[in-house]
Amino acid sequence: MSVSATKAPPSRGAPAKHASPGRRARYRFARWDLKYSPYLYIAPFFVLFGIFGLYPMVWTFWMSLHDWDLVGTHTFIGLENYTALLSDDYFWNAVRNTFGMFVLATVPQLALALFLANLLNRPLLRARTFFRMIIFVPNVVSVAAVAIVFGMLFQRDFGVVNWFLSLFGVDAIDWRREWWTSWTAISVMVDWRWTGYNTLILLAGMQAIPRDLYEAAAMDGASAWRQFWNVTLPMLRPTFVFVVILSTIGGLQLFVEPLIFNNGNIIGGTQREFQTVQMYMFENSIHNLSRAGYGAAVAWALFLMIVVVSVLNFVITRRSVK
Amino acid sequence: MSVSTRRRRYAAVALATVAALATTTACGDDNEGGGDTGAKPEKLVVDTFGEAGYEDLVKQYEQQTGIKIELRKVAQLNEFRPRVVRSLATGKGAADVIMLEEGILNEFKLNPNNWVDLAPLVGDLSKDYLSWKYELGKAPDGRLMGVPTDVGSLGICYRTDLFKAANLPTDREQVSALWPTWDKFIETGKQYKQATGKAFVDSDTMAVNAVMFQQKGADLFFDKEDKMIADTSPAVKAAWDQAIALADAGITAKITTWSPEWNAGFKQGTFAATACPSWMLGIVESNSGPENAGKWDLAAVPGGAGNWGGSWLGVPTQSKYQTEAAKLAAFLTNTAGQVAAFKKSGPLPTNLKALEDPSFISYTNKYFSDAPTGKIFGESVQAIVPTHLGPKHQAVKENAMEPALRAYETGQLDKAKAWEQFTKDAATQGAF
Repeated sequence: MSVSATKAPPSRGAPAKHASPGRRARYRFARWDLKYSPYLYIAPFFVLFGIFGLYPMVWTFWMSLHDWDLVGTHTFIGLENYTALLSDDYFWNAVRNTFGMFVLATVPQLALALFLANLLNRPLLRARTFFRMIIFVPNVVSVAAVAIVFGMLFQRDFGVVNWFLSLFGVDAIDWRREWWTSWTAISVMVDWRWTGYNTLILLAGMQAIPRDLYEAAAMDGASAWRQFWNVTLPMLRPTFVFVVILSTIGGLQLFVEPLIFNNGNIIGGTQREFQTVQMYMFENSIHNLSRAGYGAAVAWALFLMIVVVSVLNFVITRRSVK
Repeated sequence: MSVSTRRRRYAAVALATVAALATTTACGDDNEGGGDTGAKPEKLVVDTFGEAGYEDLVKQYEQQTGIKIELRKVAQLNEFRPRVVRSLATGKGAADVIMLEEGILNEFKLNPNNWVDLAPLVGDLSKDYLSWKYELGKAPDGRLMGVPTDVGSLGICYRTDLFKAANLPTDREQVSALWPTWDKFIETGKQYKQATGKAFVDSDTMAVNAVMFQQKGADLFFDKEDKMIADTSPAVKAAWDQAIALADAGITAKITTWSPEWNAGFKQGTFAATACPSWMLGIVESNSGPENAGKWDLAAVPGGAGNWGGSWLGVPTQSKYQTEAAKLAAFLTNTAGQVAAFKKSGPLPTNLKALEDPSFISYTNKYFSDAPTGKIFGESVQAIVPTHLGPKHQAVKENAMEPALRAYETGQLDKAKAWEQFTKDAATQGAF
């Protein structure tokens, strides 16, 4: 239904004079329909978002203002949880781990995704559909299954990775022992799962770039590399921003991989080498029942961090590609 | 109840979303609401962790009563606990009968209102069980939160084939004689290591647990008023030092208990011995697999009797069929039930008649080279004087003590730093 339809006068005579009550009702309904129906159409999202998105957030905030025992009593304490958070070493440790693993996983991941997307975008590539499908498969596999399998690959005693490294004379690495070994292993898991996904989004973005731009560039004597750098990348900017923000949101919420990597231990390594913010929140709210309010404060801190980083990402990515 | 169900539900929704857990919580089929309807249920749900040995028993109960029993098993306590917590916090999805290990039972005692007082439902059973075990099942307000299932009397599981290869005796009497004390145990470990070049035990944390629980009647991380004393408790220090000595001897495989490497280690013979509370037998068996049947045996633990672990069966107040659930819990823990569970998976009876039952005493465990496990454990169980565990024992042990010891074992922290990390974390983990 288009807006112009309402403005067109009724085709048969003036409605005010001859209209029967039935016609008038129908006319009123049509007007009502035009005015309010769009809201109804978009309502399901907002209703669901309200119930499952907004409401829990507000409720979590409410929890974070309390000394909240998950299966016991609650006492209002204002912002005490937040002030405690600021001087909590383990919280900042979790923040450092989360950002560290985020950078370690995301930077190579996006570079690889860009490279793969560019390959798949070549018109002369054979069996293109096959490759495009196969690259997405890791993303369909359950994350817990991925974490379990990679956890085995990265075992100290009988792991395949250590066996492979031993061929080059490298001693068995205890992957869960150091921060850098554990971060590497976890980043590999994340990248295995998400590189294909990002490749497809970037590929879709690349295909939306008009071909005549390339033709014009080629006419001006631009090499393939030059075309990629000066045509593809700038035109890909909106897609790239989208991918970066999506990776940020996902990366900062890292939970299942590091948790299962150390056999479900909520504190990560023996000295919390790979405990993420999400895990720290879980440790406080579920493992330590009486600190659920504190856990809620961690959840809100995480939310704010994601907002800040997403905005930063948006600003930086926009500039740099320009 | 201090919080209305509605508010608790809100809290749950918030939490579930925030946690962004992929796990489904949709198992509350017929458990919504709660409160005893007195009706005869079609189905009762039982939640257990580890190897409780209830598989055959519930079938038997189904035949007797016509009530269908759903047995839900979780391998590890640290996965099991969050599930119970979630169902308590949301007021939904809890099983009708829940197995409560001593660590988490103490924690749930802080809010006893979530649990049904079983005493009026099952009658006076106080004379049926080891009295200390029965008493521990009571909450501070006097209600009977759980009926006793098992205790974890200590032993040492060892591989006869690996001992033989190291020219150590293999007969269980002789092996037990090798190590009256933990120091002798370490000596034996050194001999083993010298002969084979391989690790003797899985990790230093196995010793810390065993030694802590051997401190008869002592306070561990908490005193009798449940005040945190991890940094000053002599029992904790004794266990800590013993574990450090084990690590210093270089005879541990430095494997985290319950990890996939640990599981694989049983099959691969990465270590030749480990601490075996009675409930551990079932776990050793399932980890080692049928191909290693007859290679394991059971010897006495150095340093005297002790209790590690052991559980109770409780009924949450949200169960709709509290009376029937209590009956089922009583059935699973009565004399015949405990003997059957023991034969199936090794949890050691706490029911006095079960401990005297001839079929229990004469029982030999085929998998463990026909060791007379009934006799070995049955004798030691009488000598147990339980230690005092505070409400957060499990959290302090799992997230403060063991990580610090592991960090020492793998050389990440020196002795002083490890102790510092432990006592610092104990204070946070032990807060309630």
